[in-house]
Amino acid sequence: MSAAGPIAAELAVEGIVASSGVLGQEVLHLDRERYLDVVATLRDAAFDMCADLCAVDYLHHLDRSLPEAVTPERFEVVVNLLSLARQLRVRLRVQVPESDPVVPTLFPLYPGSENMEREAYDLFGIRFEGHPDHTRILMPDDWEGHPLRKDYSVGRVPVQFKEAPGPR
Amino acid sequence: MGLQDLNHNFLTGSLEELVKWARRSSVWPATFGLACCAIEMMAAGAADFDLARFGMEVFRGSPRQADLMVVAGRVSQKMAPVLRQVYDQMVEPKWVISMGVCASSGGMFNNYAIVQGVDQIVPVDVYAPGCPPNPQTLIHAILTLHEKIRLGELTKRRPGETGAGIDLAAEPTPVGWVAPPSGGVRLGTPR
Amino acid sequence: MTDEELVAETSEGLQELQDLDETSPEELAIEQGTSLRLAEGLVLDPGDMDVEFGADETMIINMGPQHPSTHGVLRIMLELEGETVLRSKPIIGYLHTGMEKTGEQLTYVQGATNVTRMDYLSPLHNELVYALATEALLGIEVPRRATWIRMLMTELNRISSHVMWMATNGMDLASTSMMIYGFRDREMVLSFFEKTTGLRMNHDYIRPGGVAADLPDGWEDDVMAIVETIPGRVDEYDEMLTGQPIFKQRTEGVGLISPELAVAMSATGPILRASGVAWDLRRSMPYLAYDEVDFDVIVGTVGDTYDRYAVRLNEIRESCKIVRQCVEKMPRGDYRTQDKKVTPPPRARIDESMEALIHHFKIFTRGFEVPAGEVYVAIESPRGELGCYMVADGSNKPYRMHIRGPSFVNLQSLPPLLRGGLIADAIAVISSVDPVMGEVDR
Repeated sequence: MSAAGPIAAELAVEGIVASSGVLGQEVLHLDRERYLDVVATLRDAAFDMCADLCAVDYLHHLDRSLPEAVTPERFEVVVNLLSLARQLRVRLRVQVPESDPVVPTLFPLYPGSENMEREAYDLFGIRFEGHPDHTRILMPDDWEGHPLRKDYSVGRVPVQFKEAPGPR
Repeated sequence: MGLQDLNHNFLTGSLEELVKWARRSSVWPATFGLACCAIEMMAAGAADFDLARFGMEVFRGSPRQADLMVVAGRVSQKMAPVLRQVYDQMVEPKWVISMGVCASSGGMFNNYAIVQGVDQIVPVDVYAPGCPPNPQTLIHAILTLHEKIRLGELTKRRPGETGAGIDLAAEPTPVGWVAPPSGGVRLGTPR
Repeated sequence: MTDEELVAETSEGLQELQDLDETSPEELAIEQGTSLRLAEGLVLDPGDMDVEFGADETMIINMGPQHPSTHGVLRIMLELEGETVLRSKPIIGYLHTGMEKTGEQLTYVQGATNVTRMDYLSPLHNELVYALATEALLGIEVPRRATWIRMLMTELNRISSHVMWMATNGMDLASTSMMIYGFRDREMVLSFFEKTTGLRMNHDYIRPGGVAADLPDGWEDDVMAIVETIPGRVDEYDEMLTGQPIFKQRTEGVGLISPELAVAMSATGPILRASGVAWDLRRSMPYLAYDEVDFDVIVGTVGDTYDRYAVRLNEIRESCKIVRQCVEKMPRGDYRTQDKKVTPPPRARIDESMEALIHHFKIFTRGFEVPAGEVYVAIESPRGELGCYMVADGSNKPYRMHIRGPSFVNLQSLPPLLRGGLIADAIAVISSVDPVMGEVDR
């Protein structure tokens, strides 16, 4: 059992697992079902800005060590919330399985998450249910594939060097 | 029509020199700054490295009024058709300087998102390396272009090309060493 | 979802502004900038907007990506009634470089070269946030002199970035002399950077473990020359622009954003401070040595373009103050950590010691390994909160490196800012948001 951090203790919501990370940052591990409720509760607890929302593809680390009661999946959606009044940050990690990469959108709570969710969709293929403008944002509209997934290659073009003809 | 039909003889010699002098003394660049190189291009146009002494301080917003396209910055896959469209909208005679390593060859970004060298899309006259190139490097590239205009053929700017440009529908050129077209202009030191 | 369905869904048409009748209510709400769940009682009602036009009288046009006035390759679709902007939609991605993917292929030593090209107007800030994230994961302490050198260089970078903003903002508002003056001052800072780091832009100077090289001899004179000339010139620009009636008419009351709206849209930096929220990470969540220097956080009142201009102008003055204090209080000591696994040895020692040679070789070819973990570090860049979320897995390359670009998030505020204004106001507003497309698209 990991020690509950101050914010998790304050929220007193069942089923979230808190851990303390590097620099003493508090990380809350959630499952998808409780995601929106916990975020709404945090919003009421003065976390009024969604600082960052990104996704991670743990294809090479499907057996990574997480606190008990959290089953690792292939994708994670990481949300960073910021409280201006309390000068605090909290990080949420939501496990998203590869077979059904759907997560509810935070747009009704934080309109500022719109672009960030579109980027996560574009680069990872995670769908955000209820997002008002669910289109690609960085890649061209007709691009196939999701570039930041680990099974998508970098696309490196082999470069051949040949000695340049010159005065010898 | 126009200068294309000029038959070279001793009578037209000084006329050609006059036209080439006029062309290289007022090359107007089109704004095509994409990334970090654009900042150095703006710095080259500003006070310390003045481009106005070459007649180039007016960066035309409209490609119709521009002679030179300085591709300053990395060209992404989404931007490539836009680049080609702007190049096509420019009126002959037009030149392209590929500024920086990202425009010349893809630079440090050899990945899915960046076109590996803008010469896959538009024909380039001068490559200016650097990341980003100093404004002095850009000015050297511009002076090299002036030399190219001064020494080059008036009616056929690139050997083997009539101005039609690159066929976009064709397969992309294979990457690797491409031998320069024969009959390329030998450049002297810019004066 | 199969690839065909994906292509069909994302094909041409959905990223554009469609006719009013064909747009769903949710999309309409974003494009009008009114779909915001604010605190109870503050929900904006589209009926409150004073601009009402029929669907058949409007025209949808495209601005950019190649346009002299969009800062970089930004494309905005505008719905216009005459010259008034109704709905707008910024479309980005024209500079997408795959830097986050490239970051996973480069070692931690090489990572700064990649990250520095994101926000190319303040490259040292990108390098700083990357180095701070790596050092947090490594768990190493950076010597005090390195911290103060980093602070000095990033504040100088803030000065050069804000001066550059004033130059381009001036040019967008048709003051070409401001453009030339701004670049003249920027050259002063850039020549100091060239002396210290070797490059005018995109220096690979702030690396995990400290900085790449010590400050050169005589740096105090160079820096004091900068901070003694620039405030005087900033006063001149103040007089040239702030007191001028044309400038004031073009910027006052244009592009208003309320504090609640700014927070809801996750806008940070001068946009947030200009609308009255006193949030500056250097003061609220200090990093480096910002709690040991004395400076003010500039806050606006109304939240219009004029306030954003005034905030940035005064931030230049505050940065000059901080730089002065850095010069006075610069501690002596090492400019990078002595941990042999992270820092290469001094070049002279390579000739003498085999171990030094091996360490040098290993650090520059293989890099160092960072223990598994994840961290989010944020600093205050000239555009807002610049964050780095890094996931390390014990190897010599980051497993995931995500940079939270402030301009990427600030661009979401454009539809509410542009609504109801004229096209000329749109240009002034976009310029005041100060997007740098390198960090928007990464």
